[in-house]
Amino acid sequence: MIDKIVLAGFGGQGVLFIGKILAYAGMLDEQEVCWIPSYGPEMRGGTANCSVIISDEAINSTVLEHADSGIVLNQPAYEKFLPFIKPGGTLVVNSSVIDTTNSRDDIEIVEVPTNEITSELGNPSLANMVCLGALLNRLTTAKLSSIEKAIDEVVAKKRPQMREVNITAVKKGMAY
Amino acid sequence: MRRQLLKGNEAIAEAAIRSGCKLFFGYPITPSTEIIEYLSRNLPKAGGAVLQGEDEIASINMCYGAAATGARVMTASSSPGYSLKQEGMSYLAAAELPVVVVNINRNGPGLGGLGPSQGDYFQCTKGGGHGDYRTIVLAPSKGQEMYDYTMKAFDLADKYRTPVVILADGMLGQTMEPIEFKERPSVELPEKDWVTTGCIGRPKRKISMYNLTNEAGEEISLKLQAKFNKMKDLEQQWENYCTDDAEYLLVGYGTCGRVGKSAVQLARQQGIKLGLIRPITLWPFPEKAFISLPKIKGILTVELNAGQMVEDVKLAVKCSIPVQSHTRVGGMLLSENSVLKKLAEVFQLEVRV
Repeated sequence: MIDKIVLAGFGGQGVLFIGKILAYAGMLDEQEVCWIPSYGPEMRGGTANCSVIISDEAINSTVLEHADSGIVLNQPAYEKFLPFIKPGGTLVVNSSVIDTTNSRDDIEIVEVPTNEITSELGNPSLANMVCLGALLNRLTTAKLSSIEKAIDEVVAKKRPQMREVNITAVKKGMAY
Repeated sequence: MRRQLLKGNEAIAEAAIRSGCKLFFGYPITPSTEIIEYLSRNLPKAGGAVLQGEDEIASINMCYGAAATGARVMTASSSPGYSLKQEGMSYLAAAELPVVVVNINRNGPGLGGLGPSQGDYFQCTKGGGHGDYRTIVLAPSKGQEMYDYTMKAFDLADKYRTPVVILADGMLGQTMEPIEFKERPSVELPEKDWVTTGCIGRPKRKISMYNLTNEAGEEISLKLQAKFNKMKDLEQQWENYCTDDAEYLLVGYGTCGRVGKSAVQLARQQGIKLGLIRPITLWPFPEKAFISLPKIKGILTVELNAGQMVEDVKLAVKCSIPVQSHTRVGGMLLSENSVLKKLAEVFQLEVRV
């Protein structure tokens, strides 16, 4: 079992962060993982993306030509990574800010109205976690309990008050 | 054992601390900067010190001084910074001082760019600075190897009194993988009976390299060459992957080594008997891996440069097997599909890609 996942959005939307949560989830489940950033001369407000591979076997190549699934949080990320998803794969879309007129019918596009959900949660910065929840149902290598463990490790150690709200955001996303 | 999620650069830094490295001198440069960042945070807690030099030249020369006292010492940089260190590398080799030098290769020549590259192969394996010298060069291909080979590098440096280079690319430095914090292996190393730590109660010692007569120059050069020949004889390391029944071979190190493994798996799904030789030491180049390959019909080298290691592979097989090269340059990466496609093209094989 292997999941190759791409995550993209504006810098500050937390795409590298949800990548890290996925990587921790895989590692704490005793799987093999790679977290691959696109590094380079970045600027504030620019685009950010990373890829995560989770596998129950050793991971060889970390060079991705296509991903099994992905999350895009803004329009430029949607346009860039729409062709990157394998036929039959899944793309989770932050539909509050992304226009999906240009689409594909050979992949599943999961539209998540993050603004509605995050205003209900009272924290607009949780859009990334809501989308992570929507992706979670489609992954073969990670489940809610693994994400909870990762949140404990990455978030709750430093800011325990953020644990529950992050997990709630993921659960809300899982409804999509 | 519990694993930690670390960038390749951080794995190198952690392994250095656990290898007893007490001093680090360096100057930050992308994509190697996490090494000095991690050590600045953590080396002082282990009783060591980190100093950011005014530049790369100062840093490598601080390493020279520190190594002369017998301390375990490291520096790290990326391609343009590694170029600046070459005078120091030559002096370290001549003065026989053990230092671990990390080069997280980015794209060149010149200022180049930040993308991953293997363009420094020649510079690292053929000397780099002036004069007749070689340095051991280790090429990790994944996070755990960034850790393991760093430990190995310190031991090799002390074993031979020589600078040892760890050559990785930006992709390996930046990628996070689970790392097992292994304990330092127990290796028997020669006593450091040459260090200059103050001569009260013992005869004076001198670490120097300038020869006032050519006769003395010859004697010292030959002594150094004998040491390099010993390394060549004893330290060649490589990994064989699916080579037993192979009819075709890939040769790749670092990121290309791991892409090569995926290419081997792809090829075998299609009935092509492909194997991989992954050099671990780039110098000494693992010529022994190529001594007897009666079944091999062709070799494809895979590199993120314009074709450098391919020359060493051709020398190693003495042109008895056709050797072709697959490369990508400029900070771009190549995939397992592109490797298989190139293999099919140059050796007229039928593949589905």
